Amino acid sequence: MKIHQYHFLKPDRITLVSICIILVISVATLSFKYDDKKVSHTSIAEKDSIVSQKAFLQVYKVLMSPRCMNCHPAGDVPLQGDDNHLHPQGVKRGPEGKGLYALKCSNCHQSENTPGLNMPPGVPDWHLPPSNMRLVFQGRSPHDLAMQLKNRKQNGNKSLHDLIEHMNTDLVKWAWEPGDGRSKPPLSYAEFVNQLKIWIDKGAVVPPRGR
Amino acid sequence: MIKLSVNNQPYTVDVEPAMPLLWVLRDILHLTGTKYGCGMAQCGACTVHLNGEAVRSCVTPVRRAENQTVITIEGLSKDFSHPLQRAWIEEDVPQCGYCQSGQIMAAAVLLRENPHPTDQDIDDAMSGNICRCGTYQRIRKAIHLAAKLSAK
Repeated sequence: MKIHQYHFLKPDRITLVSICIILVISVATLSFKYDDKKVSHTSIAEKDSIVSQKAFLQVYKVLMSPRCMNCHPAGDVPLQGDDNHLHPQGVKRGPEGKGLYALKCSNCHQSENTPGLNMPPGVPDWHLPPSNMRLVFQGRSPHDLAMQLKNRKQNGNKSLHDLIEHMNTDLVKWAWEPGDGRSKPPLSYAEFVNQLKIWIDKGAVVPPRGR
Repeated sequence: MIKLSVNNQPYTVDVEPAMPLLWVLRDILHLTGTKYGCGMAQCGACTVHLNGEAVRSCVTPVRRAENQTVITIEGLSKDFSHPLQRAWIEEDVPQCGYCQSGQIMAAAVLLRENPHPTDQDIDDAMSGNICRCGTYQRIRKAIHLAAKLSAK
């Protein structure tokens, strides 16, 4: 009987031991796999963050170039030239960003560039940001400008997708066809839009302060 | 052929669409009250009204004025009765006079949009119209007077 019982118990023990071993191996394997995933997730997020910030620094170079920044001044007077001097004639932003009284932007700025050196540049709807949404670029660090671009209360209630759409406007595209004698932004238009998309696709990461 | 309305008169002119409106006004229509100053929108001597706005006609291609309403200094009033013209005469504003039609056309937009301008408002509206004789103080005085005359 005992022998009989022994014979019955033996395979059970083996099964139990086997199950235990399998379990231990599986858990170990799974936990290793889980760890692997964790590691690769972190590195992708870190990588994306770096790519995003790098792309923003390219975008920033364009936004701070005279063709873009001159119409995003810190004060209420637009800027001119590669030295960002104040626009002569005492022109001012005005509530809608279209100038004041006899000094409205479109009084001189036509729907196209006027040919010749130092002649008024132009596209339809030449204007500055309005006084209640000034979208200042001048003097902003990469950190500050990225924060501002992402803040709907400071960016004209634009989603990140809307920001890309904004780059399709004639006024933005003008920077790459600025008329006689004017420098162009440091990136091509296509590359600029590409870098903006990369910044946004990879998380619109704000570069840290002091960079 | 380009159709224009200048001082409420219809005109048809056979010119290049890119020709500055100023050239059409002066050389084709012989409305010589509007002056050529710098030719690059920097001085304001060529200011006329296009649909009520004080555009600089030296850089405005005539095609922009096609089928639109243009008013020059000659069309501001029929008999010098516009408050600005009366004030200009009263204050004896002009010295050489070359910039004055542009000054008055600019001031007319200011008064339409702001019937009681402060000195700052006048600066904001008029600082783009240069006067080589320096009649700025009399211009300011005359704009204040015109505002009073308009209110009467």
